[in-house]
Order: sequence, then structure tokens, then C-alpha cells
Amino acid sequence: MDLYEYQARDLFESYGVPVLAGIVADTPQEVRAAAEKLGGTVVVKAQVKAGGRGKAGGVKVAHNPADAEAAAEKIFGLDIKGHIVKRVMVAAGARIAQEFYFSVLLDRGNRSYLSLSSVEGGMEIEELAVERPEALARIEIDPIAGIDTAKATEIAKAARFPEELIEKIVPVIERLWWVYRDEDATLVEVNPLVLTESGEIIALDGKVTLDENAEFRHEGHAALAEAGDIDPLEAKAKASNLNYVKLDGEVGIIGNGAGLVMSTLDVVSYAGEKHGGVKPANFLDIGGGASAEVMAAGLDVILGDPQVKSVFVNVFGGITACDAVANGIVGALAKLGDAATKPLVVRLDGNNVVEGRQILADAAHPLVTVVDTMDEAADKAAELAAA
Amino acid sequence: MSILLDENSKIIVQGLTGSEGTKHAGRMLKSGSQIVGGVNPRKAGTEVEIEGHTLPIFGSVAEAIAATGANVSVIFVPPAFAKAAVVEAVEAEIPLAVVITEGIPIKDSAEFWALAKSKGGATRILGPNCPGIISPGKSNAGIIPATISDSGPIGLVSKSGTLTYQMMFELRDIGFSTAIGIGGDPIIGTTHIDALAAFEADPETKAIVMIGEIGGDAEERAADFIKANVTKPVVAYVAGFTAPEGKTMGHAGAIVSGSSGTAQAKKEALEAAGVKVGKTPSETAALMREVFATV
Repeated sequence: MDLYEYQARDLFESYGVPVLAGIVADTPQEVRAAAEKLGGTVVVKAQVKAGGRGKAGGVKVAHNPADAEAAAEKIFGLDIKGHIVKRVMVAAGARIAQEFYFSVLLDRGNRSYLSLSSVEGGMEIEELAVERPEALARIEIDPIAGIDTAKATEIAKAARFPEELIEKIVPVIERLWWVYRDEDATLVEVNPLVLTESGEIIALDGKVTLDENAEFRHEGHAALAEAGDIDPLEAKAKASNLNYVKLDGEVGIIGNGAGLVMSTLDVVSYAGEKHGGVKPANFLDIGGGASAEVMAAGLDVILGDPQVKSVFVNVFGGITACDAVANGIVGALAKLGDAATKPLVVRLDGNNVVEGRQILADAAHPLVTVVDTMDEAADKAAELAAA
Repeated sequence: MSILLDENSKIIVQGLTGSEGTKHAGRMLKSGSQIVGGVNPRKAGTEVEIEGHTLPIFGSVAEAIAATGANVSVIFVPPAFAKAAVVEAVEAEIPLAVVITEGIPIKDSAEFWALAKSKGGATRILGPNCPGIISPGKSNAGIIPATISDSGPIGLVSKSGTLTYQMMFELRDIGFSTAIGIGGDPIIGTTHIDALAAFEADPETKAIVMIGEIGGDAEERAADFIKANVTKPVVAYVAGFTAPEGKTMGHAGAIVSGSSGTAQAKKEALEAAGVKVGKTPSETAALMREVFATV
């Protein structure tokens, strides 16, 4: 889960990382009030989970509250890479002498953590890594040992931070590591980390990604997720503990197992090319169990998507037998009654497949078509969605 | 032969007395696996009856190894306690720890992996968030259904559980030496490369199916490895061509970040290494049949 900048800022502050004062605002009037409270020059910053805010016009400097309000009016409603700005942060201004970069992140390839740092902050790190790789210091972080004072000093020196600043930067790096470690983050990035004209080190903009698997041991994380702009169908699915991702197509997808569902999306997309370009409407993994209750909850979410024209249920009976899955489908349709209105294409294979198909044949539900193979079923579902 | 697991494997189950542990231990026993006990410090010294087998419960993995000679542990411990369970298995230096548990925090996996590495790899970790490993007809350590396919000359390694089952089903008439689910988490113990190396060395395995999915660069690394080290034919499938950027698709590790981790990049890397890549699971199975006809 990616955090908004203001959430990262608050988290940094709670760990003693130096940040500027910042106030969240949802209307231009609130922005004006915030600017009055902060006094002096402020920066109005769009709160969206996308890079390139500055270039898109989502960050504006204002020298007084009236200017801040006017700036906010231009920022609210902006579309930044598909994200509409609904919230801004009004941050105190700073006189910047120098911009640096620091991050610590999960390094999947090495099954470890990595710190990246540079005296050339401000630009997108991907660009820096390509254009000036020698300016980026990469230091592996042992997951157990972490970053202590010695390691933080090593990082600061490798990045070639000015000698006289190392003493000031080291404790900031250590505290950013505490954020990473104690909040179960997979990314803590500060870009830029600045030196002000008055000689302070400040984390001016932060990006934090938290591990959703660790939500159970962090009371505050669920609230951070809820502050986001969640699709209502995704929220509904989450409430039923379903693994659902809303996509932008017409064929609703239900399957068991993440890999099989991803594969189903692909197969439906290929089939859609022959049927007017219809695409999958969602990812939904109902897991190994696939009971009637879970099937009903899943169908309920998918049928609640007005874009959905047909539904493809793709189940491989591994641990669960196909007859149990078939009973789940029949039970779910009975439970939904008149709420089930869209055609369902069902493909069952694997354990007890003959019995499972027989159950669906006996039920003879008018909305259900049973197709033997995944490819043919995808084609049928795409055809029905295009009709 | 088979890799990592055979008829001589002696299996203990950490979390045997929990509902998942009991259920799947029963299925493993039914398929002929040698389960020699379970681990639960609160129930040490007791016994449980599963599928007509009386299994002793030990207080620790080390005790279980000392008493039974166990060399495989299958871990069905809930996420909050999984790290402690894996650390215990690694400290006891059990040769293979199969971590089935889904939803383990990444930090915990990073830490138990770092520990296993620091101990020189005495313990091979498989998973987490994986279906385990099966050498059909010999032994089954995990949750892969034993009834899908018999033994045969294909080796299979996959990030995904259900795609493992699907592929075993499609190729059940040919059969499998060993099928390994390595799991879909960002940090996993056994990689595609480890499995490919083992299959390459296994005389019974004649051809290899590799299943990948979006996220990370494990498939690209595997492609490099295949090019340099694998002489047996490899057929691959990659899931998630149509997955949108920045969305986690079920598995914690299945996410396209910016331009990295895409299915297209993985497919291209594998094809550049001479691997035939199917567009769908059924096409992949058909490719394997073609390849198999020539070996």
C-alpha cells in the first residue's frame, strides 16, 4: 500500500525525522485557512499517488493566503496520470540550499534490502539511475542488522554527502530506517532530502509503501488505507475478505488461485480481440475453498459492477472438488435470486469434474453455460459480453 | 529419481495440530508421504491420530529431528507465528523447510532468509505462500493434490499453485518427476533457478515446464541461467500480460511497478534464451507435447 505524501510526512514526524509543517486541506477555503495558520510563503501540493506532480501543475508556491487559495482552485480537480486531485497539503516554505536523495527499499532479486542515496536529489530516481548511475550509491542493508550509526555513516559517505553535513544526515538516515523497520515498509524514499539555507536537513517530500501482509500487527495501517481513494467495489470486496481488483472491461472474472485468475484475464483479453475488443472487468480470486458463501459474495460484487456484461467462472478443482464448486455456484445463484441477471460461463476441471458438470447440468439454470476448456469458455464469455 | 523429495523423505509438520495442518497432513499421508510427527511446544509428548496413523507431537523441531531423523518440515503456522516457526526449523538445520503459510510479512521472510543464508544454506526454504512439492508416487510435502498426475519425466516449477495443478492436469498422461511450487511472495527461499539446476541434474527429468507471473525479475534471471546451464528442453508460461501497473494481483509479489516486472519482458527474455513460451496454459501444454516428442 502506497501512502500519500502527507501520510508519509506524519509518519516521518512521529519517528523524529525533520519535516516541514504541513496541513491537509480538501477545499480552497481550507487551503486559505491553512496558509494563514502557517504564515509566510507556503507550497500547495496535490496529494495523489503518482509521480510528476510538479510538471502536471500540482505543486504551486504561494506568498500569501489569497494566493494559496487561488493556487488551490487550480490544483483541485487536476488529472495527474489518471488520479484526480481531491486533497492537497499546504506545507511551510523553505529556502533550499541543496537537494539530496535517500531511500531504503526491498531488493527482491537479492532477497535483501537496499539503500540508494545521492547528492543529486530532486529528479526522478529512475532517470538518475539511467543518466548518472555513478551518482547513485547503492548499499545493501542486511535485514537483521539493519542501519545503525556505522551503516548510516557508510551510506552518507558513499553518497558523497558534504563532509560537514554527515553528522546531521546520519541520524536522519537512522530514523528513516526505523520507519522502514518498525512500520513494515517495503519502500521509504525521501526526494528531495534538503539542506536549507539556515543549515537544517529536512525531508521535504516522502514516499512510503507499507506491506499489506503486516497490517495485522499495525493498528494504524488500516486507517491509512481507508483515507485513500478506494473504488467502491474494491471496498465492498475487501469487506467480504475477497481478493478483488477492479479493471476496465466487460467480462467479470471469478477464479481460484491468483495465478489461474491472472491467466484467465489474459485468455479473456485474447478472446476479446475477436469479439469487439471486450476485456476483463476485474480480478477476483476466491481461493482454494470456493464455498457457496464465498462464490455468492464474489458474484454479488461482480454483478454490482454496471460495466459487466457476462461472467466467467474459471475453477480448477485441486484441493476443492468440482462438485463442491458446482454446488457453490448453484447455491450462490439461488441465494442471489433475481439479483443475478447476467450470463455466466462456467469452466470446471480437475478433481470430480464429471460430478461437478452433472450438478450444473441438473440445475439447468437459464443463465449458466458450461464449457469444457478454459480457452473455449473465455471465447464464449467474450462473445456474450460483446452481444 | 526426483528432486528434493523422495520416498525416503521423513516429514514433520509444524502446525500439525491446527485445522489446516491436520487436514493437509491427512491428505499427505493418504498419498503415501512418510510423516513422522508434528511440532507444538504446548502439546509436546502427546499424540494425534490422523488417517489411521499415530503421530507423536514434539516440543521443538530439534527434538523431532533427534527422535525421528526427520529431514523435511512442512509449515502450516498462521502468519503472525510463521517467522518463529521457520527460524526454529532453520536453527535446527532441517534440510528442507516447506512454508505453506500465505500472508507472512515481507520483513519476516527477509529475516528468516537472511538467517538461513548466514547458516550457509543448511536449510533449503521452499516458499512462503507456496503449495509445496510433490514427487508423484513417492512423497508429497504440502497441499498439491496427489491425485492429479502420476510420476513421469517432466519437471515442473511454478510461482502459482493453481497453475501448477492445471499444468499437471493437462500433462497427466506424461507425468512428473517432481512438481515444485515456489510461491508468489516477493521474497522466497527456493527460486526458479534452484529448481532448474536440480532438474538439470536429475536423470529422470527429461523436460522442464516453468511457470512464472508478473513481478520482480526472477524469470529474467532464470532465462539467463537456462541459456548458460540448462541442456534439457524448457517450456514456459507467464501469467499476467493484461495486469495493470501498480496493482497487486492476488500474490503479494505479483505487481508490475513502472516498466519492471511485466509479463512481456519475461516472455521476451525466456524466448531469447531459447525457451518456448505458451500464450495460454493449454498452448504451453501443447508445446511441451511437441518438445517431448523429440526427447
